[in-house]
Amino acid sequence: MTTAAPGPAALEHVRTTIVPELLAAFPGVAEELPTPFEIPQVRVSPEAIRGVAEWLKARGFNMLLDLGGVDYHPHRQGEDRFEVVYHFFALPQLWKLRVRVPVGGQKPEVPSLSDLWPNANPAEREVWDQFGIRFRGHPNLTRILNPDDWEGHPLRKDYPLRGPRAMGPYLPADLNRFHPFKDEPPDEG
Amino acid sequence: MRGDELAMSTLDREDVEVLDEKQDRMTISVGPHHPSTHGVLRLVLELEGETIVKAQPEHGFLHTGIEKSAENLTWTQAITVLDRMDYLSPLSNNLGYVLAVEKLLGVEVPPKAVWARVLLTELQRIASHLVFLGTGGLDVGAQSPYFYAFDMREGILDIFEETTGARMNPSYFRVGGLAKDLPEHFDRIVRDYLKKFPGRLQELKDLLEENPIFLDRTKGIGVLTAEQAIALGLTGPNLRASGVAYDVRKAFPYCGYENFQFDVPVGKNGDAYDRFVLRIREIEESYKIVQQALDGMPEGPHMTSNRKVALPPKEEVRHSMEALIHHFKLVSEGFKVPAGEVYQAIESPRGEFAVYVVSDGGNKPWRVRVRPPSFYAVHALPTMLQGAMLADMVMIIAAADPVFGEVDR
Repeated sequence: MTTAAPGPAALEHVRTTIVPELLAAFPGVAEELPTPFEIPQVRVSPEAIRGVAEWLKARGFNMLLDLGGVDYHPHRQGEDRFEVVYHFFALPQLWKLRVRVPVGGQKPEVPSLSDLWPNANPAEREVWDQFGIRFRGHPNLTRILNPDDWEGHPLRKDYPLRGPRAMGPYLPADLNRFHPFKDEPPDEG
Repeated sequence: MRGDELAMSTLDREDVEVLDEKQDRMTISVGPHHPSTHGVLRLVLELEGETIVKAQPEHGFLHTGIEKSAENLTWTQAITVLDRMDYLSPLSNNLGYVLAVEKLLGVEVPPKAVWARVLLTELQRIASHLVFLGTGGLDVGAQSPYFYAFDMREGILDIFEETTGARMNPSYFRVGGLAKDLPEHFDRIVRDYLKKFPGRLQELKDLLEENPIFLDRTKGIGVLTAEQAIALGLTGPNLRASGVAYDVRKAFPYCGYENFQFDVPVGKNGDAYDRFVLRIREIEESYKIVQQALDGMPEGPHMTSNRKVALPPKEEVRHSMEALIHHFKLVSEGFKVPAGEVYQAIESPRGEFAVYVVSDGGNKPWRVRVRPPSFYAVHALPTMLQGAMLADMVMIIAAADPVFGEVDR
Protein backbone atom coordinates (compact mmCIF):
# COMPACT_ATOMS: atom_id res chain seq x y z
CA MET A 1 0.00 0.00 0.00
CA THR A 2 2.94 2.28 0.62
CA THR A 3 3.76 4.65 -2.20
CA ALA A 4 7.17 6.24 -2.49
CA ALA A 5 7.13 9.86 -1.40
CA PRO A 6 8.73 12.34 -3.79
CA GLY A 7 10.41 14.43 -1.09
CA PRO A 8 13.41 12.28 -0.10
CA ALA A 9 14.40 11.79 -3.76
CA ALA A 10 14.24 15.55 -4.31
CA LEU A 11 16.48 16.13 -1.29
CA GLU A 12 18.92 13.57 -2.64
CA HIS A 13 19.00 15.52 -5.90
CA VAL A 14 19.80 18.71 -4.00
CA ARG A 15 22.63 16.98 -2.16
CA THR A 16 24.20 15.35 -5.18
CA THR A 17 23.64 18.00 -7.86
CA ILE A 18 22.70 21.45 -6.62
CA VAL A 19 25.05 21.69 -3.64
CA PRO A 20 28.17 20.82 -5.70
CA GLU A 21 27.10 23.37 -8.33
CA LEU A 22 26.64 25.97 -5.60
CA LEU A 23 30.05 25.23 -4.13
CA ALA A 24 31.64 25.49 -7.58
CA ALA A 25 29.93 28.83 -8.24
CA PHE A 26 31.03 30.30 -4.90
CA PRO A 27 34.49 28.89 -4.16
CA GLY A 28 35.94 29.83 -0.79
CA VAL A 29 32.84 31.44 0.69
CA ALA A 30 30.50 28.45 0.74
CA GLU A 31 31.24 25.11 2.34
CA GLU A 32 29.15 22.00 2.61
CA LEU A 33 28.18 20.71 6.04
CA PRO A 34 27.34 17.08 6.74
CA THR A 35 23.68 16.12 6.35
CA PRO A 36 22.66 14.33 9.53
CA PHE A 37 18.92 14.61 8.92
CA GLU A 38 17.50 14.76 5.39
CA ILE A 39 17.92 18.43 4.50
CA PRO A 40 21.31 19.25 2.93
CA GLN A 41 23.05 22.21 4.49
CA VAL A 42 25.64 24.74 3.42
CA ARG A 43 27.54 27.33 5.40
CA VAL A 44 27.95 30.66 3.64
CA SER A 45 29.83 33.75 4.77
CA PRO A 46 27.75 36.91 5.38
CA GLU A 47 29.31 38.75 2.42
CA ALA A 48 28.32 35.99 0.03
CA ILE A 49 24.77 35.24 1.17
CA ARG A 50 23.26 37.83 -1.13
CA GLY A 51 24.95 36.32 -4.19
CA VAL A 52 24.08 32.79 -3.09
CA ALA A 53 20.43 33.77 -2.58
CA GLU A 54 20.23 35.32 -6.04
CA TRP A 55 21.86 32.23 -7.51
CA LEU A 56 19.41 29.94 -5.71
CA LYS A 57 16.43 31.99 -6.80
CA ALA A 58 17.56 31.82 -10.41
CA ARG A 59 18.10 28.08 -9.95
CA GLY A 60 14.41 27.58 -9.07
CA PHE A 61 14.17 28.05 -5.30
CA ASN A 62 11.04 30.16 -5.40
CA MET A 63 10.07 30.04 -1.72
CA LEU A 64 11.91 31.21 1.35
CA LEU A 65 10.48 28.64 3.70
CA ASP A 66 11.91 30.06 6.87
CA LEU A 67 14.46 32.46 8.23
CA GLY A 68 15.50 32.34 11.84
CA GLY A 69 18.34 33.11 14.20
CA VAL A 70 20.34 31.07 16.67
CA ASP A 71 22.62 32.43 19.39
CA TYR A 72 25.51 30.11 20.27
CA HIS A 73 26.90 32.28 23.07
CA PRO A 74 28.85 31.23 25.17
CA HIS A 75 29.81 28.16 23.10
CA ARG A 76 31.02 30.44 20.35
CA GLN A 77 32.14 33.99 20.87
CA GLY A 78 33.27 36.64 18.44
CA GLU A 79 32.64 36.56 14.73
CA ASP A 80 30.45 33.47 14.62
CA ARG A 81 28.41 33.96 17.76
CA PHE A 82 25.09 34.03 15.90
CA GLU A 83 23.81 32.09 12.99
CA VAL A 84 21.10 33.17 10.59
CA VAL A 85 19.48 30.04 9.24
CA TYR A 86 17.66 30.11 5.90
CA HIS A 87 15.53 27.30 4.56
CA PHE A 88 15.04 27.60 0.83
CA PHE A 89 12.37 25.64 -0.93
CA ALA A 90 11.49 24.99 -4.55
CA LEU A 91 8.00 24.17 -5.78
CA PRO A 92 7.03 21.96 -7.47
CA GLN A 93 10.46 20.27 -7.44
CA LEU A 94 10.35 19.91 -3.61
CA TRP A 95 13.99 20.88 -3.18
CA LYS A 96 14.92 22.02 0.28
CA LEU A 97 18.24 23.54 1.22
CA ARG A 98 19.42 24.98 4.50
CA VAL A 99 21.91 27.82 4.39
CA ARG A 100 23.59 28.82 7.64
CA VAL A 101 25.29 32.18 7.85
CA PRO A 102 27.53 32.82 10.87
CA VAL A 103 27.60 36.42 12.07
CA GLY A 104 28.93 38.12 15.16
CA GLY A 105 30.95 41.03 16.45
CA GLN A 106 29.70 44.19 18.09
CA LYS A 107 27.20 44.97 15.33
CA PRO A 108 26.18 41.74 13.63
CA GLU A 109 24.90 42.44 10.16
CA VAL A 110 23.85 40.48 7.08
CA PRO A 111 22.32 41.72 3.83
CA SER A 112 18.55 41.68 3.57
CA LEU A 113 16.76 39.38 1.14
CA SER A 114 13.41 41.13 1.40
CA ASP A 115 13.54 42.34 -2.21
CA LEU A 116 14.01 38.77 -3.45
CA TRP A 117 11.33 37.07 -1.32
CA PRO A 118 8.68 39.35 0.21
CA ASN A 119 8.23 37.11 3.24
CA ALA A 120 11.84 37.72 4.25
CA ASN A 121 10.68 41.17 5.36
CA PRO A 122 8.73 40.15 8.49
CA ALA A 123 11.06 37.23 9.22
CA GLU A 124 14.09 39.54 9.21
CA ARG A 125 12.28 42.00 11.44
CA GLU A 126 11.71 39.17 13.90
CA VAL A 127 15.38 38.19 13.90
CA TRP A 128 16.33 41.83 14.46
CA ASP A 129 13.82 42.12 17.27
CA GLN A 130 14.87 38.93 19.04
CA PHE A 131 18.60 38.78 18.33
CA GLY A 132 19.67 42.28 17.33
CA ILE A 133 21.09 41.16 14.01
CA ARG A 134 20.84 43.97 11.46
CA PHE A 135 19.74 43.37 7.90
CA ARG A 136 21.46 45.78 5.52
CA GLY A 137 19.05 47.24 2.96
CA HIS A 138 15.87 46.27 4.82
CA PRO A 139 13.09 48.82 4.14
CA ASN A 140 11.68 49.00 7.68
CA LEU A 141 13.79 47.20 10.22
CA THR A 142 11.61 47.75 13.28
CA ARG A 143 10.53 45.53 16.13
CA ILE A 144 7.73 43.17 15.30
CA LEU A 145 6.91 41.09 18.38
CA ASN A 146 8.17 43.26 21.24
CA PRO A 147 6.99 46.82 21.82
CA ASP A 148 8.89 49.58 20.02
CA ASP A 149 10.41 50.87 23.26
CA TRP A 150 11.69 47.47 24.37
CA GLU A 151 15.31 47.37 25.49
CA GLY A 152 17.58 44.56 24.45
CA HIS A 153 17.03 41.49 22.34
CA PRO A 154 15.31 38.74 24.33
CA LEU A 155 16.44 35.61 22.53
CA ARG A 156 20.12 36.42 23.08
CA LYS A 157 21.56 33.98 25.57
CA ASP A 158 22.96 36.79 27.72
CA TYR A 159 19.50 38.36 28.05
CA PRO A 160 18.15 37.24 31.42
CA LEU A 161 15.05 35.10 31.58
CA ARG A 162 13.71 37.35 34.33
CA GLY A 163 14.92 40.91 33.94
CA PRO A 164 14.16 44.05 35.94
CA ARG A 165 10.79 44.25 34.23
CA ALA A 166 9.76 40.83 35.46
CA MET A 167 7.08 40.63 38.06
CA GLY A 168 8.37 40.47 41.62
CA PRO A 169 7.08 38.15 44.31
CA TYR A 170 3.50 38.68 45.42
CA LEU A 171 3.43 40.23 48.90
CA PRO A 172 0.53 40.76 51.31
CA ALA A 173 0.75 44.47 50.56
CA ASP A 174 -0.12 43.73 46.94
CA LEU A 175 -3.49 42.22 47.81
CA ASN A 176 -5.63 45.26 47.06
CA ARG A 177 -3.06 47.23 45.10
CA PHE A 178 -5.25 47.61 42.03
CA HIS A 179 -8.61 47.38 43.75
CA PRO A 180 -10.80 50.33 42.75
CA PHE A 181 -12.33 50.91 46.19
CA LYS A 182 -10.10 49.39 48.82
CA ASP A 183 -6.89 51.33 49.27
CA GLU A 184 -5.72 50.13 52.67
CA PRO A 185 -3.39 47.19 52.81
CA PRO A 186 -4.86 44.18 54.61
CA ASP A 187 -4.27 43.71 58.29
CA GLU A 188 -1.18 41.74 59.09
CA GLY A 189 -2.08 38.66 61.13
CA MET B 1 -1.11 78.18 19.87
CA ARG B 2 -1.47 76.55 23.24
CA GLY B 3 -3.95 74.08 21.77
CA ASP B 4 -1.57 73.19 18.93
CA GLU B 5 1.24 72.48 21.31
CA LEU B 6 -0.98 70.27 23.40
CA ALA B 7 -2.17 68.40 20.36
CA MET B 8 1.36 67.78 19.13
CA SER B 9 2.61 66.64 22.50
CA THR B 10 -0.09 64.02 22.89
CA LEU B 11 0.55 62.60 19.43
CA ASP B 12 3.29 60.04 19.38
CA ARG B 13 5.44 59.27 16.38
CA GLU B 14 3.16 56.52 15.15
CA ASP B 15 0.05 58.67 15.09
CA VAL B 16 1.81 61.32 13.05
CA GLU B 17 2.51 58.70 10.38
CA VAL B 18 -1.15 57.81 10.34
CA LEU B 19 -2.15 61.35 9.37
CA ASP B 20 -3.27 61.34 5.77
CA GLU B 21 -0.68 62.17 3.17
CA LYS B 22 -3.20 62.71 0.43
CA GLN B 23 -6.41 64.62 0.88
CA ASP B 24 -8.66 62.03 -0.71
CA ARG B 25 -7.30 59.15 1.35
CA MET B 26 -8.30 58.11 4.78
CA THR B 27 -6.25 56.02 7.16
CA ILE B 28 -8.07 53.89 9.68
CA SER B 29 -6.79 51.51 12.25
CA VAL B 30 -8.65 48.24 12.72
CA GLY B 31 -8.07 46.26 15.87
CA PRO B 32 -6.24 45.00 17.84
CA HIS B 33 -9.51 44.28 19.60
CA HIS B 34 -11.86 43.68 16.77
CA PRO B 35 -13.98 40.54 16.58
CA SER B 36 -13.17 39.92 12.94
CA THR B 37 -9.42 39.77 13.44
CA HIS B 38 -9.71 36.38 15.19
CA GLY B 39 -7.29 37.36 17.86
CA VAL B 40 -5.24 40.45 18.31
CA LEU B 41 -4.26 41.85 14.97
CA ARG B 42 -4.06 45.52 14.20
CA LEU B 43 -4.38 46.56 10.59
CA VAL B 44 -3.58 50.08 9.45
CA LEU B 45 -5.62 50.55 6.31
CA GLU B 46 -5.33 53.34 3.80
CA LEU B 47 -8.64 53.84 2.05
CA GLU B 48 -9.72 55.59 -1.10
CA GLY B 49 -13.47 55.71 -0.72
CA GLU B 50 -14.21 52.17 0.33
CA THR B 51 -11.30 50.58 -1.48
CA ILE B 52 -8.23 49.50 0.44
CA VAL B 53 -5.12 50.97 -1.14
CA LYS B 54 -2.64 49.83 1.41
CA ALA B 55 -2.74 47.62 4.47
CA GLN B 56 -0.13 47.18 7.14
CA PRO B 57 -0.50 44.41 9.69
CA GLU B 58 0.84 44.90 13.18
CA HIS B 59 0.99 42.12 15.71
CA GLY B 60 2.94 41.04 18.76
CA PHE B 61 0.20 41.71 21.28
CA LEU B 62 0.16 38.04 22.20
CA HIS B 63 3.94 37.67 22.37
CA THR B 64 4.76 35.59 25.43
CA GLY B 65 8.33 34.55 24.74
CA ILE B 66 7.50 30.90 24.19
CA GLU B 67 10.76 30.21 22.37
CA LYS B 68 12.76 31.77 25.20
CA SER B 69 10.80 29.83 27.81
CA ALA B 70 11.38 26.58 25.95
CA GLU B 71 15.14 27.16 26.07
CA ASN B 72 14.97 27.28 29.85
CA LEU B 73 12.94 24.12 30.37
CA THR B 74 13.98 20.51 29.99
CA TRP B 75 13.20 18.73 26.74
CA THR B 76 10.01 17.23 28.16
CA GLN B 77 8.85 20.35 29.97
CA ALA B 78 9.20 22.38 26.76
CA ILE B 79 6.30 20.41 25.26
CA THR B 80 3.90 22.20 27.59
CA VAL B 81 4.83 25.74 26.55
CA LEU B 82 5.06 24.89 22.85
CA ASP B 83 1.57 23.44 23.23
CA ARG B 84 0.19 26.92 23.71
CA MET B 85 1.25 28.43 20.40
CA ASP B 86 -1.42 27.32 17.97
CA TYR B 87 -4.16 27.00 20.52
CA LEU B 88 -6.65 25.62 18.01
CA SER B 89 -4.33 22.77 17.15
CA PRO B 90 -2.06 22.08 20.13
CA LEU B 91 -1.47 18.46 19.18
CA SER B 92 0.18 19.55 15.93
CA ASN B 93 2.60 21.66 17.95
CA ASN B 94 3.30 18.66 20.16
CA LEU B 95 3.84 16.41 17.19
CA GLY B 96 6.30 18.66 15.35
CA TYR B 97 8.46 19.21 18.40
CA VAL B 98 8.37 15.61 19.59
CA LEU B 99 9.30 14.25 16.16
CA ALA B 100 12.24 16.65 15.96
CA VAL B 101 13.60 15.60 19.35
CA GLU B 102 13.09 11.94 18.51
CA LYS B 103 15.12 12.41 15.35
CA LEU B 104 17.99 13.92 17.31
CA LEU B 105 17.82 11.13 19.88
CA GLY B 106 17.27 8.35 17.37
CA VAL B 107 14.46 6.89 19.47
CA GLU B 108 12.12 4.29 18.00
CA VAL B 109 8.46 4.94 18.71
CA PRO B 110 6.15 1.94 19.15
CA PRO B 111 3.55 1.53 16.36
CA LYS B 112 0.58 2.10 18.63
CA ALA B 113 1.89 5.55 19.57
CA VAL B 114 2.53 6.41 15.91
CA TRP B 115 -1.01 5.48 14.90
CA ALA B 116 -2.56 7.20 17.87
CA ARG B 117 -0.62 10.35 17.01
CA VAL B 118 -1.91 10.31 13.44
CA LEU B 119 -5.46 9.66 14.61
CA LEU B 120 -5.44 12.43 17.20
CA THR B 121 -3.75 15.06 15.03
CA GLU B 122 -6.24 14.39 12.26
CA LEU B 123 -9.10 14.78 14.73
CA GLN B 124 -7.39 17.98 15.79
CA ARG B 125 -7.27 19.16 12.18
CA ILE B 126 -11.01 18.54 11.89
CA ALA B 127 -11.62 20.48 15.12
CA SER B 128 -9.44 23.37 13.96
CA HIS B 129 -11.10 23.56 10.54
CA LEU B 130 -14.51 23.47 12.23
CA VAL B 131 -13.59 26.56 14.24
CA PHE B 132 -12.47 28.14 11.00
CA LEU B 133 -15.78 27.34 9.26
CA GLY B 134 -17.89 28.44 12.20
CA THR B 135 -16.18 31.74 12.92
CA GLY B 136 -15.60 32.42 9.23
CA GLY B 137 -19.30 32.02 8.57
CA LEU B 138 -20.08 34.24 11.51
CA ASP B 139 -17.96 36.98 9.96
CA VAL B 140 -20.35 37.26 7.03
CA GLY B 141 -23.42 36.98 9.20
CA ALA B 142 -24.07 33.25 9.03
CA GLN B 143 -24.99 32.65 12.63
CA SER B 144 -26.25 29.05 12.57
CA PRO B 145 -23.17 27.31 11.09
CA TYR B 146 -21.24 28.57 14.07
CA PHE B 147 -23.36 26.51 16.44
CA TYR B 148 -23.29 23.44 14.18
CA ALA B 149 -19.51 23.64 13.85
CA PHE B 150 -18.84 24.21 17.53
CA ASP B 151 -21.19 21.42 18.50
CA MET B 152 -19.24 19.05 16.24
CA ARG B 153 -15.96 20.30 17.64
CA GLU B 154 -17.27 19.70 21.13
CA GLY B 155 -17.45 15.98 20.39
CA ILE B 156 -13.78 15.95 19.41
CA LEU B 157 -12.79 17.88 22.51
CA ASP B 158 -14.74 15.34 24.57
CA ILE B 159 -12.64 12.58 23.00
CA PHE B 160 -9.50 14.53 23.87
CA GLU B 161 -10.66 15.04 27.41
CA GLU B 162 -11.35 11.35 27.80
CA THR B 163 -8.01 10.39 26.26
CA THR B 164 -5.57 13.01 27.46
CA GLY B 165 -7.31 14.64 30.41
CA ALA B 166 -7.42 18.08 28.82
CA ARG B 167 -9.55 19.67 26.16
CA MET B 168 -7.48 22.57 24.94
CA ASN B 169 -3.81 22.01 25.71
CA PRO B 170 -3.35 18.26 26.07
CA SER B 171 0.49 18.04 25.97
CA TYR B 172 -0.20 14.40 25.26
CA PHE B 173 2.69 13.42 23.00
CA ARG B 174 5.97 12.69 24.71
CA VAL B 175 9.40 12.05 23.34
CA GLY B 176 9.23 8.32 22.66
CA GLY B 177 5.48 7.89 22.60
CA LEU B 178 2.40 9.07 24.47
CA ALA B 179 2.02 10.46 27.98
CA LYS B 180 -0.31 7.61 28.91
CA ASP B 181 -2.08 4.79 27.18
CA LEU B 182 -5.28 5.29 25.22
CA PRO B 183 -8.33 4.57 27.37
CA GLU B 184 -9.90 1.13 27.06
CA HIS B 185 -13.07 2.45 25.47
CA PHE B 186 -11.18 4.72 23.05
CA ASP B 187 -12.24 2.74 20.01
CA ARG B 188 -15.89 2.91 21.02
CA ILE B 189 -16.03 6.65 21.75
CA VAL B 190 -14.30 7.57 18.50
CA ARG B 191 -16.55 5.25 16.49
CA ASP B 192 -19.62 6.69 18.20
CA TYR B 193 -18.50 10.12 17.19
CA LEU B 194 -17.59 9.16 13.63
CA LYS B 195 -20.95 7.46 13.08
CA LYS B 196 -22.79 10.75 13.34
CA PHE B 197 -20.09 12.78 11.66
CA PRO B 198 -20.85 12.59 7.90
CA GLY B 199 -24.50 13.58 8.34
CA ARG B 200 -23.63 16.52 10.51
CA LEU B 201 -20.88 17.67 8.19
CA GLN B 202 -23.41 17.53 5.35
CA GLU B 203 -25.70 19.82 7.34
CA LEU B 204 -22.87 22.27 7.81
CA LYS B 205 -21.98 22.12 4.12
CA ASP B 206 -25.59 22.73 3.14
CA LEU B 207 -25.63 25.83 5.28
CA LEU B 208 -22.46 27.30 3.78
CA GLU B 209 -21.36 25.94 0.45
CA GLU B 210 -24.37 26.74 -1.71
CA ASN B 211 -25.69 29.65 0.31
CA PRO B 212 -26.06 32.54 -2.19
CA ILE B 213 -25.14 35.19 0.38
CA PHE B 214 -22.06 33.25 1.36
CA LEU B 215 -21.08 32.81 -2.30
CA ASP B 216 -21.51 36.52 -2.96
CA ARG B 217 -19.39 37.45 -0.01
CA THR B 218 -16.52 35.06 -0.70
CA LYS B 219 -16.16 34.48 -4.45
CA GLY B 220 -13.40 36.42 -6.17
CA ILE B 221 -12.18 37.98 -2.94
CA GLY B 222 -8.62 38.07 -1.70
CA VAL B 223 -7.31 36.36 -4.82
CA LEU B 224 -3.72 35.12 -4.86
CA THR B 225 -2.08 33.48 -7.85
CA ALA B 226 0.14 30.46 -7.33
CA GLU B 227 3.29 32.55 -7.93
CA GLN B 228 2.22 35.15 -5.39
CA ALA B 229 1.32 32.54 -2.80
CA ILE B 230 4.70 30.83 -3.23
CA ALA B 231 6.62 34.10 -3.08
CA LEU B 232 4.80 35.07 0.11
CA GLY B 233 5.78 31.82 1.76
CA LEU B 234 2.23 30.56 2.18
CA THR B 235 1.75 26.87 2.89
CA GLY B 236 -1.11 24.57 3.71
CA PRO B 237 -4.69 25.29 2.64
CA ASN B 238 -3.85 28.90 1.73
CA LEU B 239 -1.30 27.70 -0.80
CA ARG B 240 -3.36 24.79 -2.07
CA ALA B 241 -6.34 27.06 -2.69
CA SER B 242 -4.17 28.78 -5.29
CA GLY B 243 -3.68 25.48 -7.10
CA VAL B 244 -0.35 24.24 -5.73
CA ALA B 245 -0.66 20.65 -4.53
CA TYR B 246 1.97 20.76 -1.81
CA ASP B 247 1.18 18.83 1.33
CA VAL B 248 3.94 17.88 3.75
CA ARG B 249 2.13 14.63 4.55
CA LYS B 250 2.51 13.52 0.93
CA ALA B 251 5.80 15.15 -0.02
CA PHE B 252 7.85 14.47 3.12
CA PRO B 253 5.87 11.86 5.04
CA TYR B 254 6.41 11.80 8.79
CA CYS B 255 4.90 9.74 11.57
CA GLY B 256 3.79 6.95 9.24
CA TYR B 257 1.59 9.05 6.94
CA GLU B 258 2.84 7.02 3.98
CA ASN B 259 0.60 4.16 5.23
CA PHE B 260 -2.62 6.11 4.80
CA GLN B 261 -4.77 6.62 1.73
CA PHE B 262 -6.02 10.14 1.28
CA ASP B 263 -6.20 12.84 -1.36
CA VAL B 264 -4.89 16.37 -1.30
CA PRO B 265 -7.67 18.72 -2.37
CA VAL B 266 -6.56 21.64 -4.50
CA GLY B 267 -8.38 24.88 -5.31
CA LYS B 268 -8.52 26.70 -8.62
CA ASN B 269 -9.08 30.40 -8.15
CA GLY B 270 -7.17 31.15 -4.98
CA ASP B 271 -9.99 33.24 -3.53
CA ALA B 272 -11.65 33.19 -0.14
CA TYR B 273 -14.34 30.78 -1.33
CA ASP B 274 -11.73 28.25 -2.46
CA ARG B 275 -10.00 28.49 0.89
CA PHE B 276 -13.31 27.71 2.57
CA VAL B 277 -14.33 24.83 0.36
CA LEU B 278 -10.84 23.37 0.47
CA ARG B 279 -10.97 23.13 4.24
CA ILE B 280 -14.31 21.34 4.05
CA ARG B 281 -12.71 18.83 1.68
CA GLU B 282 -9.78 18.48 4.05
CA ILE B 283 -12.16 17.62 6.85
CA GLU B 284 -13.51 14.82 4.67
CA GLU B 285 -9.99 13.56 3.95
CA SER B 286 -9.08 13.71 7.63
CA TYR B 287 -12.21 11.74 8.40
CA LYS B 288 -10.93 9.00 6.07
CA ILE B 289 -7.54 8.99 7.78
CA VAL B 290 -9.12 8.78 11.24
CA GLN B 291 -11.13 5.76 10.16
CA GLN B 292 -8.10 4.02 8.68
CA ALA B 293 -6.10 4.74 11.83
CA LEU B 294 -8.88 3.40 13.99
CA ASP B 295 -9.28 0.21 11.93
CA GLY B 296 -5.58 -0.49 11.87
CA MET B 297 -4.72 0.58 15.42
CA PRO B 298 -1.97 -1.82 16.53
CA GLU B 299 -1.76 -3.35 19.99
CA GLY B 300 1.25 -2.94 22.18
CA PRO B 301 3.00 -0.44 24.40
CA HIS B 302 2.31 3.29 24.08
CA MET B 303 5.82 4.36 25.05
CA THR B 304 9.29 3.36 24.00
CA SER B 305 11.07 0.91 26.30
CA ASN B 306 14.20 3.08 26.20
CA ARG B 307 14.62 3.94 29.87
CA LYS B 308 16.86 6.89 29.06
CA VAL B 309 13.89 8.88 27.80
CA ALA B 310 10.76 7.12 29.06
CA LEU B 311 9.64 6.95 32.66
CA PRO B 312 9.58 3.38 33.98
CA PRO B 313 6.15 2.00 34.92
CA LYS B 314 5.21 2.81 38.49
CA GLU B 315 4.99 -0.87 39.43
CA GLU B 316 8.62 -1.35 38.41
CA VAL B 317 9.75 1.68 40.40
CA ARG B 318 8.44 0.06 43.57
CA HIS B 319 10.58 -3.04 43.14
CA SER B 320 13.61 -2.19 41.05
CA MET B 321 16.46 0.03 42.23
CA GLU B 322 17.48 0.77 38.67
CA ALA B 323 13.99 1.88 37.71
CA LEU B 324 13.92 4.17 40.73
CA ILE B 325 17.20 5.76 39.64
CA HIS B 326 15.89 6.25 36.09
CA HIS B 327 12.70 7.74 37.43
CA PHE B 328 14.61 10.11 39.68
CA LYS B 329 17.01 11.19 36.95
CA LEU B 330 14.27 11.77 34.39
CA VAL B 331 12.12 13.79 36.76
CA SER B 332 14.91 15.86 38.28
CA GLU B 333 17.11 16.69 35.30
CA GLY B 334 15.52 15.08 32.27
CA PHE B 335 17.45 13.38 29.50
CA LYS B 336 20.30 14.69 27.41
CA VAL B 337 19.96 14.99 23.66
CA PRO B 338 23.00 14.62 21.34
CA ALA B 339 24.26 17.87 19.84
CA GLY B 340 22.95 18.73 16.41
CA GLU B 341 20.20 20.53 14.61
CA VAL B 342 17.10 19.25 12.89
CA TYR B 343 14.29 20.81 10.89
CA GLN B 344 11.10 18.84 11.28
CA ALA B 345 8.13 19.95 9.20
CA ILE B 346 4.59 18.72 9.68
CA GLU B 347 1.31 19.64 8.03
CA SER B 348 -0.61 21.51 10.69
CA PRO B 349 -4.14 22.75 9.92
CA ARG B 350 -2.56 26.07 8.98
CA GLY B 351 0.24 24.82 6.78
CA GLU B 352 3.83 23.76 7.09
CA PHE B 353 4.49 24.00 10.80
CA ALA B 354 8.15 23.31 11.41
CA VAL B 355 10.47 23.33 14.35
CA TYR B 356 14.17 23.92 13.93
CA VAL B 357 15.63 22.45 17.07
CA VAL B 358 19.25 22.98 18.05
CA SER B 359 20.81 20.92 20.81
CA ASP B 360 24.20 21.46 22.41
CA GLY B 361 24.10 18.08 24.07
CA GLY B 362 22.46 19.30 27.27
CA ASN B 363 19.21 18.54 29.02
CA LYS B 364 17.49 21.65 27.64
CA PRO B 365 16.87 22.65 24.06
CA TRP B 366 19.49 25.18 22.99
CA ARG B 367 17.11 26.77 20.56
CA VAL B 368 13.62 25.96 19.36
CA ARG B 369 12.82 27.99 16.30
CA VAL B 370 9.25 27.55 15.18
CA ARG B 371 8.21 28.22 11.63
CA PRO B 372 4.71 29.52 12.17
CA PRO B 373 2.57 29.16 9.04
CA SER B 374 0.14 31.81 10.34
CA PHE B 375 2.96 34.34 10.65
CA TYR B 376 3.52 34.29 6.91
CA ALA B 377 -0.23 34.20 6.27
CA VAL B 378 -0.68 37.42 8.26
CA HIS B 379 2.06 39.09 6.25
CA ALA B 380 0.40 37.97 3.04
CA LEU B 381 -2.68 39.99 4.03
CA PRO B 382 -1.43 43.28 2.49
CA THR B 383 -1.23 41.59 -0.90
CA MET B 384 -4.65 39.98 -0.51
CA LEU B 385 -6.24 43.20 0.75
CA GLN B 386 -4.87 45.49 -1.91
CA GLY B 387 -7.74 46.75 -4.03
CA ALA B 388 -10.37 44.97 -1.93
CA MET B 389 -13.44 46.63 -0.48
CA LEU B 390 -13.36 47.48 3.20
CA ALA B 391 -16.36 45.22 3.84
CA ASP B 392 -14.48 42.26 2.36
CA MET B 393 -11.55 42.71 4.71
CA VAL B 394 -13.32 40.67 7.35
CA MET B 395 -13.73 37.73 4.99
CA ILE B 396 -10.15 37.92 3.72
CA ILE B 397 -8.72 37.79 7.23
CA ALA B 398 -11.02 34.91 8.12
CA ALA B 399 -10.03 32.94 5.02
CA ALA B 400 -6.33 33.28 5.80
CA ASP B 401 -7.08 31.58 9.15
CA PRO B 402 -4.35 33.05 11.34
CA VAL B 403 -4.01 32.01 14.96
CA PHE B 404 -2.25 34.70 16.91
CA GLY B 405 -0.88 32.47 19.59
CA GLU B 406 1.28 31.06 16.85
CA VAL B 407 2.01 34.32 15.00
CA ASP B 408 3.33 36.03 18.12
CA ARG B 409 4.54 33.03 20.12
